[in-house]
Amino acid sequence: MAETLVKIENLYKVFGANPASVIPLVEAGQSKDEILAATGHTLGLQNINLDIGKGEIFVIMGLSGSGKSTLIRHFNRLIDPTQGHIFVDGVNVMKLSARELQDFRRHKMSMVFQRFGLLPHHSVLENVGYGLSIQGLGKDKVREKAMHWLEAVGLGGYEDQYPSQLSGGQQQRVGLARALCTNAEILLMDEAFSALDPLIRREMQDQLISLQHKLHKTIIFITHDLDEALRLGDKIAILRDGKLIQVGNPEDILLHPADDYVEAFVHDVNRTKVLTAAHVVNKTLLTLTGRTSPQQALDKIRERHGDYACVLDGKSLKGIITLREAGRALNEGAGNIADYVSNVSCVPDSAELEALLPRLLVGKDDQPIGVTNAEGEFTGMVSRRRMAEFVS
Amino acid sequence: MAGESWLTEFPQMSREGLLAIRKSLDATYRDFSREYGDTIESLFDPLLSFLIWFEKLLLNTPWPLIIIAITALAYVASRSWKLSLGVVVSFLLIGYFGMWEDTMRTLSIITVCTLLSIALGIPVGIMMARSDRVQSTVTPLLDIMQTMPAFVYLIPVVMLLGIGRIPGVIAVVIYAIPPVIRLTNLGIRLVDREVLEAATSYGASPTQRLMGVQLPLAMPTIMAGINQTIMMSLAMVVIASMIGVKGLGQPVLKSITNQYFTLGLFNGLAIVALAIIFDRVSQAYARRTQKHMEGSDHG
Repeated sequence: MAETLVKIENLYKVFGANPASVIPLVEAGQSKDEILAATGHTLGLQNINLDIGKGEIFVIMGLSGSGKSTLIRHFNRLIDPTQGHIFVDGVNVMKLSARELQDFRRHKMSMVFQRFGLLPHHSVLENVGYGLSIQGLGKDKVREKAMHWLEAVGLGGYEDQYPSQLSGGQQQRVGLARALCTNAEILLMDEAFSALDPLIRREMQDQLISLQHKLHKTIIFITHDLDEALRLGDKIAILRDGKLIQVGNPEDILLHPADDYVEAFVHDVNRTKVLTAAHVVNKTLLTLTGRTSPQQALDKIRERHGDYACVLDGKSLKGIITLREAGRALNEGAGNIADYVSNVSCVPDSAELEALLPRLLVGKDDQPIGVTNAEGEFTGMVSRRRMAEFVS
Repeated sequence: MAGESWLTEFPQMSREGLLAIRKSLDATYRDFSREYGDTIESLFDPLLSFLIWFEKLLLNTPWPLIIIAITALAYVASRSWKLSLGVVVSFLLIGYFGMWEDTMRTLSIITVCTLLSIALGIPVGIMMARSDRVQSTVTPLLDIMQTMPAFVYLIPVVMLLGIGRIPGVIAVVIYAIPPVIRLTNLGIRLVDREVLEAATSYGASPTQRLMGVQLPLAMPTIMAGINQTIMMSLAMVVIASMIGVKGLGQPVLKSITNQYFTLGLFNGLAIVALAIIFDRVSQAYARRTQKHMEGSDHG
């Protein structure tokens, strides 16, 4: 796991006239409704503990009222907690002075908002460069960087328009470009795509994923949409009534829901649409090269009680060698197994199971499919049996 | 009789008591104004000399130049030929009917009052928007300023400063400043929370938030307040003329006391013409500068 960049410890947030007075009740285990009835205070968040790794997309998911928008505003202290600690890159954010906090917001984090939060009286370009211009950077420098990011999100040519002249999707691209323009390490995205229609939303998700491949930011993403969470998240935290009920990677959430609530959530998810080859790929496979001797291959496959082994050519997959073929190679006295390797088809790890399923089913003899990453390197195999575990 | 009880007759304070209150308050204020009147008056000297200078400037400049200047201002602000033509025609008529000098005097005092109201009102409005406590103290004061009959607060002002331009300006500003304060406060409070949050999250300082986000976004509302302030100070001109402010108000006052209907009507119409010009030009200006904020929302 990547090193922790953002850490939240024992965070509580109570809204009301005298929040601190309510904390003992919360710690005594009273529920949100009980506290509201007894004291008139609203319990926003309770006992949140999170570790967010460098370079990951961390999705915080919850329905409306679960406290997710409150939680994300704690990271850059748009909202102050009633109790608890927030550490970013080892710095205790709660201890920062007003001046330091301002600097911290300028350089460390940037934020994308649900309803875009663009300045309506500034042009698109000025909006993108906003973060830099309040840092006091020169006009030309700001313009140059803003142009770069505007083009990166595919809005070159719109720089002199005003936000109100753009569509929702375009406005959010401006919001994204603005967030990227300050070159902050951490990106906070508060339901960034929720206000967009499904088609545009998907497009934006793809764009975010492809940008993330290049930029490796740490992204904290808030959503109420499980499909979105599963699609984007390296890790997902599920929030309910201000409490974290499960934190895990998408497969954990889908395959091992922590309680009935999460179970009900994931019930309707079409797993074949959500999970990709990357999720089901079996990485712990035995790999050989073409120069391996038949005897060695046979031993290794038997050692693992497998039916086959993958044969690599450098970092890419050459094919597989089955137990039977390895045996034949040995009988025929071949020096190595190179000629006995049978070809298998390969898919990129971003392929959805939906697309993978038919190929596995029509394949002969339960032949597995190889999976490669974005650079074309072999990452593992998917077999029919492995697939069945995930989809059922 | 039984009817003569405290139920039918309000149990009021004794006459002597009331008289004592009046006497002591009046005496205290009179002493105060005798003691400090001159000092306070001297504080207003710069304003007075500016007023006189501006009035002289308007009166001494040849009239065609004034008309050209005003029309140019109107055109620059509104970019409308029709409106500019209206300005030329109104001023020609005003001059032709012999009201040029009074109109110039009124114009000068209105300009000063408006500038003063903006300069004082916007900071007060900003403070109100920043703190609920300030809002809850200032709001009742504004209510008093707007509803208290102007004559009532003219009395202490006149006692303190005598009659003349300065008390007139003070009376007009007291009457006309509430809209710009209220609407500055309202405009800032109505700024989209998310936009402000965005500015904060990118590390904008409080000043950057105010100048770069809150004031520009509140501008349409503030402009509406300024517009109201101009209208109200024009309406106050007649009352201010009772304490010696020269201008279109004085002939109106004269025609009320002497029942000169036509004189009153002409000068009244001149005030209306000024009001309409101010209103249309300032509104057109506001609309033009805020155009991009409306936009068509094609989601």
